[in-house]
Amino acid sequence: MGGLFLYLTKRIIVQLTGAQALIKSLEMEGVEVIFGLPGGAILPVYDPLIDSSVRHVLVRHEQGAGHMAEGYALATGRPGVAMVTSGPGATNIVTPIGNAHMDSTPLVVITGQVSSAAIGTDAFQECDITGITMGITKHNFLVKSAHEIPRAVAAAFHIATTGRPGPVLVDVPKDIAQSMMEWWYPASIEELDLPGYHPVVDLDADRVAQAIELIRVAERPVLYVGGGTLKSHASAQLLAFAERTGMPVVTTLMARGAFPDSHAQHLGMPGMHGMYAAVTAIQKCDLLISLGARFDDRVTGKIPAFAPHAKVIHVDIDKAEFNKVRRADVAIRSNVAAVLEAWDANQASPQNLEVWWKEINAWRETYPLVYDEPAVEGLLRPQHVIESIAKAAAPGTIVTSGVGQHQMWASQFWKFEEPGTWINSGGAGTMGFGVPAAIGAKAGRPDRVVWCIDGDGCFQMTAQELVTARSEGIPIKVAILNNAYLGMVRQWQEMFYDERYSEVYLSPDLPDYVKWAESMGCVGLRATNIEEMHAAIATANTINDVPVVIDFRTDSSEKVFPMVAAGASNDDIMVHPLQREQS
Amino acid sequence: MNTPEPFLGATSHTPVRHHILSVLVENKAGVLARVAGLFARRGFNIYSLAVAPAETKARFSRITIVVDAESAPLEQIVEQLDKLVNVVAISDIAPKDALERELLLATIKTDVDNRTSLLDVVGNYGAAIVDVDAGSVTLMLAGTPAACDELERELESYTTLELHRTGRVALPRLGKAAVAADPD
Ligand SMILES: Cc1ncc(C[n+]2csc(CCOP(=O)(O)OP(=O)(O)O)c2C)c(N)n1
Ligand SMILES: [Mg+2]
Repeated sequence: MGGLFLYLTKRIIVQLTGAQALIKSLEMEGVEVIFGLPGGAILPVYDPLIDSSVRHVLVRHEQGAGHMAEGYALATGRPGVAMVTSGPGATNIVTPIGNAHMDSTPLVVITGQVSSAAIGTDAFQECDITGITMGITKHNFLVKSAHEIPRAVAAAFHIATTGRPGPVLVDVPKDIAQSMMEWWYPASIEELDLPGYHPVVDLDADRVAQAIELIRVAERPVLYVGGGTLKSHASAQLLAFAERTGMPVVTTLMARGAFPDSHAQHLGMPGMHGMYAAVTAIQKCDLLISLGARFDDRVTGKIPAFAPHAKVIHVDIDKAEFNKVRRADVAIRSNVAAVLEAWDANQASPQNLEVWWKEINAWRETYPLVYDEPAVEGLLRPQHVIESIAKAAAPGTIVTSGVGQHQMWASQFWKFEEPGTWINSGGAGTMGFGVPAAIGAKAGRPDRVVWCIDGDGCFQMTAQELVTARSEGIPIKVAILNNAYLGMVRQWQEMFYDERYSEVYLSPDLPDYVKWAESMGCVGLRATNIEEMHAAIATANTINDVPVVIDFRTDSSEKVFPMVAAGASNDDIMVHPLQREQS
Repeated sequence: MNTPEPFLGATSHTPVRHHILSVLVENKAGVLARVAGLFARRGFNIYSLAVAPAETKARFSRITIVVDAESAPLEQIVEQLDKLVNVVAISDIAPKDALERELLLATIKTDVDNRTSLLDVVGNYGAAIVDVDAGSVTLMLAGTPAACDELERELESYTTLELHRTGRVALPRLGKAAVAADPD
């Protein structure tokens, strides 16, 4: 007893530099990997990193570090961490921060800053990164003393991962990293000193009951599943609720994988390039149950014409989403899982959906997802390439994508069966996201096969990170759907600008993607016809030690359908030309 | 000496479309920029804004923002504000329940001809002379925003060298509690 008392009272004082404290704080948060690139202002922090158990992945461009951290977070459900220097290092990571903000991805970004005394003097590599990122972070900190480092890091992780997740930036002046502090670490949330941050609230029982009543009388309900369902790990609850009630499910671009694509109740993705049945079911529904979705304009089309007959139940952890775009009849602030559990506990259910399913099934049968017959000679159909990769892929394969036509086709034609297997840039639409996100995902889930379905335009924006992948031993697979164009822009110019193609041609051969891949230590393959396509996919699937890049030569005239033109009503959905005679 | 009743103006409160948000924030560097930046990037209009340390605790400041609830629904403004980590509490004071005051300082050019009439104006409004020199006086009015508006109009017939207004601060009228705009 006496011994224990002595042990408890003898506080061991450990003196650390701010830099050491920063690394130790990251260790305390359970960080396993940091994506980053050093420079002057962050130099002190890179020194103790040598002695740390935390892995560091040295990127070739800070944008890569940010997207890798996002890919890591989306694949693992844990916050991604990136570390960069001040000035240009910090501004280079602004795009991923903005991207993570739009997609509510938990990130902690550490930036070096010039020394405290130099702040405000236009010092070398000074920039006001907390000012720059104020509007695109969930929160940010400029650390004012070494003593504050543990609190800032702990608060950053707490804020990034609770409530509606998002990116948090911690800016650390060089002198503070170099000065001494007495090591401590916040032992509780109270010690984080966040009097204005209350991410969790009790479920409002009245509203849960009101929603149950709306569900009970609904005849044409739709479960509109958004990214918040994945963020709150509610897939199991969603499956149980959907199966018990028999309601149709749609999953947004951010929620692909939250509900199995193979499930009979799944109508697929809604929105601008959504499935006909998914889009139309929303238009005709009498009850729209939004589960962690935010009524994005890519889903709603023209807002006054969106789901015009529907009552709306809006479930979100972020109450600022309520009535932002669409007025909710019942708004419930909660994570998705808790609400679904409460509804299940109360046996919330509509009475009879037979008539509704008859209508829906007719839409599904009339307008399934289609594309033109693959040509035996000539260029590949991008949809066929994606289906072929998917068919040959191991179950649980993680897919990332860039932004453009290939992204939409990947979302449409890959069949996602579990959470965390589809990683893309939704809200921001950041070209170049795919390759680094794949690297981050693979770093977090080395047991999984990771394919990046990329566009030729996107690939050229961040391809240098394949050097990172090769040197760090992160063997991802990249499928470039090389249509020689900024294809999505080309599609709009073809359809809405009288085929006047302005600055969208890229060339299929420049760069030479195979040589480029090889120069980066990857295996480079090319497929110009169906036979080569299957062979290249098979070869890629045998390579598990280095990254593989396949240059698939695809038909540039292919367009993504269905399509709702920007600003048009979802009622005016354009189906694939093959289906137009039928209507 | 008897101070006359301060003139409350024709309308003694803010136009209906203006709402007064009383926002308690952490007293930290950059918080005002966060609040102002939020209004700018979401297209919410600020009609006036006043900031000062709140109560005795130096830990918090109070920002009184008069918002134009026509630029965006008040609910959106409040909810977006509430998401700022440094914002601790927001209360919404409806225009009719608000006790609002503002301070006006004006330096007016004076001469033998207008001195007396200016002093009358000062007396009528319950304003005060706070500085005087040979050719000018500085007067002060602490009153309702409407009274400040009226006085400002009255001063148009003089040569105003400088005029500053603080923007309003507000408390709910007694018995009319401010509504916690963010009950969570
Ligand atoms: C950083 C960035 N710049 C520009 C755009 C606009 N944009 C959207 S899709 C697209 C074309 C993408 O081309 P590619 O990667 O070849 O994909 P494809 O559409 O051909 O499949 C462009 C330029 C964007 N989304 N992101
Ligand atoms: Mg392309």
